[in-house]
Parts: sequence; structure tokens; C-alpha cells
Amino acid sequence: MINLPTFYESRQLVTPGDLLAEGNYIAGDNTHKEDDKIYATRVGLVDCERRKISVTALKAFYVPSIGDTVVAKVAEVGVGGWMVDINAPHLAVLRASDVLDRPFRPQKNDLASLFDTGDLLIAKIVAYDRTRDPMLTVREPGLGKVTHGLVVEITPTKIPRVIGRKGSMINMIKKETRCRITLGQNGLILINGKTLEDEQIAAMAIRKIEKEAHTSGLTDRVTEMVRKEKGGVEHTSKEE
Amino acid sequence: MNIPRKKSEKLIDKNGIRADGRKPDELRPVKLEVGVLGNADGSAYFQQGKNKILAAVYGPQEVHPRHLTIPDRALIRCRYHMAPFSVDERKHPAPSRREIELSKVVRGALEPSVFVEYYPRTSIDIFTEVLQADGGTRCASITTASLALADAGIPMRDLVVACAAGKIDGQLVLDLNDVEDKMGEADMPVALMPNYNAITLLQMDGQLTSKDLEKVLNLALDGCKQLYILQKEALKSKYVAVKEEVKE
Repeated sequence: MINLPTFYESRQLVTPGDLLAEGNYIAGDNTHKEDDKIYATRVGLVDCERRKISVTALKAFYVPSIGDTVVAKVAEVGVGGWMVDINAPHLAVLRASDVLDRPFRPQKNDLASLFDTGDLLIAKIVAYDRTRDPMLTVREPGLGKVTHGLVVEITPTKIPRVIGRKGSMINMIKKETRCRITLGQNGLILINGKTLEDEQIAAMAIRKIEKEAHTSGLTDRVTEMVRKEKGGVEHTSKEE
Repeated sequence: MNIPRKKSEKLIDKNGIRADGRKPDELRPVKLEVGVLGNADGSAYFQQGKNKILAAVYGPQEVHPRHLTIPDRALIRCRYHMAPFSVDERKHPAPSRREIELSKVVRGALEPSVFVEYYPRTSIDIFTEVLQADGGTRCASITTASLALADAGIPMRDLVVACAAGKIDGQLVLDLNDVEDKMGEADMPVALMPNYNAITLLQMDGQLTSKDLEKVLNLALDGCKQLYILQKEALKSKYVAVKEEVKE
């Protein structure tokens, strides 16, 4: 990383409106360029890579992007499909023809028997632009209805932090808790473990990551916490 | 029409100190807190002297009712409301003419700061509740609501900060309270986006000479800049606290 004459150090906390840099820079995420001046638009940490200045937001909402896997909840069963809450500003559409192999006939097929209101889904976003609601699909391996597990909600911008560098964080949690973890890009995380205790430890770890996302040395602290909690669980089970 | 105002010599004493013990260019003591409500997407609480204001933000979310949707940008809705117990005599809880107007004023002051064009067909709902009023609540509402917007993670050009200045007993003063506002000669609320040096609200009530007007405006802008520092601190404090906790 090159140190450029910017007004803030790398990883420094900024608030909306802070002047980050002046001159020939490119405005990255959560920044705004006006006459060669780059301002922050959200509360977050500054990143500077080559000439690109961006802010990693500490709180944001999910904006759908094509190809994202999301953990979603069925909000409404309609005539030709479902309206699904993906934790974004708009509800997403899942069409009946996407789920059924055969041609869809509203008279014959009862959509509520497939996915009912309140059901959790793992889905993928296939279409989205600013004029239309996002469109989902479940026709890929790994997608579909969720029957069991634990859901944790975090700020979507912190998903990369949960993954860690080259997946170090998430792999550690998976290994230590023996849970299957599905990360929804929309900030919802699904945890499937052998026991509820395992799931709860994984959830605790994720909540800790969210809370302390802007601090350094996080992977070590989370590892420590998970091991400690695990020890506690094994200890109590022995006592019983 | 010239309504003679009742003069009270007590607003500023002979040493130049105001009734509540402040110097002419001094702000009221301030307490700012962010993220105080669990259910809203963003929230903030502001105490300024005897003013107590709570703000909550929801959104961006789908617009209800549907027909209000704007195809190319977000709809910002704002509600300024005074709690029945916020003033001496119980205020009827229904929105009064004044509250409806102030809702519009607060919205107008905040709208330039939000990137509404990024989120078409959505609504951003802002609620400001005055729990206790002591003059200058429109300014305090703007300051609080702007913090709540930032807390909700809504992209903004800048924070908006508002402060009033005016003239009482022939002297120019900053941040008028209720008595000063009512008995004084003039009151001028100003909202500012400090980094852009852009004024998003400018109102005036009373009478000022053109020379005084400029001085009062500069006084109010100074007040805004002082408040802005506190506003930024409040926004960061949540994260700084965690950072320090971790270091220990």
C-alpha cells in the first residue's frame, strides 16, 4: 500500500462528509467525488488502494447485486410466485415457473404447499436494476428451502470480515464448531450444526465479529473465544 | 403591521450574562447519543439545555402507500412531533399546523444531504419526537435526525447541523432558548452542511438591520460548526468505545 497525501490514515474512522482526499483520486465504495474532492458518505473505515479511496461502512443496508446468494424469508404467496424479503429496500420476486419443472397452472398448483409465508430460503439473485424488483432463483445446488438451523443477522458490509482473509475466519469457525455456515450477502447467516450448543457458539463468534469488525487482531480473539466456549460446553456435559 | 414587543430588561444582565447564565456567544450544554433505539434502523438522542429530542429513521424501504412511489429517487418523509408533556401546558397530541410546517422544514433541511437518486422507488422515514421543548427545537430536530440518518447507514453528502442565533435586548446572541425567542427581537435558525459550506435552512422571525443580519448569520454558522464537532464525536463514540474495550 502506497502512502498518498490523503487527509486520513488507512483504517481510520470517518463520518459522512469528511474530506478524504483532494486531487487525482478515484472514488470507491461509500465515497462521493465533487470537483476533485473525495468525501465519505457513510460511517466507516478509510481504505486507500493505489489511487482508489473507499470507505468500509460499519453500518449499511443490503443493496442486491446479481449473483449474490441470500438468505431470504417468504413474505407473500402470490398467484404466479412469491414475494420474498431479502433484507433489502425492495421485496424480491421468486416465480413459480422457476421452482416447478412442469408448466405452471394456477388452478392446479398450490404455491403455499411449496413455500409458505415465513419459510426461509437460500436463493440467488438473477436480475436486478433500479427500475425493477430483484428476481430470485432456487434452481441451483445448495439453494432452496431451509428446514433447520440458526439465523444470525449482521450488517451486510461486514460479511467480508466474517469470511476473513482467504476465508481464514469462516474456516476457523466452521472447523472449531463443526457447523455448516451459509453466508447470505444480505447480512443473514445460516448456521447448521450437530447440536444447538455448536450453533450458538458459532452465532456468538459471528456477533463478536460484527461488534468488533473495526478492530485489529480479530481472528485471534475470536479463535480464543470459540475455544474457551467450547471448553465450557464440554465441561458442563461431563458434569451432567 | 408593527406589533410592539414587550421589553424585558432581564434577558441580559449588566455584566452581559444571559438569564440562564450563558455568555452571548455560548451554546447550551449538549449531550448527544447515537443508536438509542433497538427497533429503528437508525436513531439518535439530543439534549440541548432543557431540550430533549429523540429521532428515529427507517429505510430505505418499500413505499406505503404505493402510489407515493417516485420512480427515479427515494421519497423522504418526515414527522416532527411534540409530545403532550413537552411543554408547560399539555399539548394536544394531534399534529398542529405548526408541527406540520416544521415537518416540512426539517425534511427540506435534510433532503439535500441524502443521495435520494441512489435508491429509487423507496422511502426513508424520519421521525423526530420532542420530549421536552425549550426553544430552538427545529434546529435540534435537524441535528438529531441527521445523526439518525447516518446511524441508519444511509449514504449522505454531509451531516446537517443546525443552530439559531438572534437578537435580544439589542444584543446579538447564539442559540436562543424559549424565553429569549419569545421576548427577543429576532431569531434566525440556520442549518448547515459544514464540509460543503452549504446552508440548507435559513429562516428568520423578528426584525434585524441588514448589518445585524450578516453578524447573526455568522454567529449561527459558528454555532453550527461547534455543534458539528460534537455530532461527529457522538457518531464515532459507539465504535471508539468498542475499540478501547478490546485494547484492554
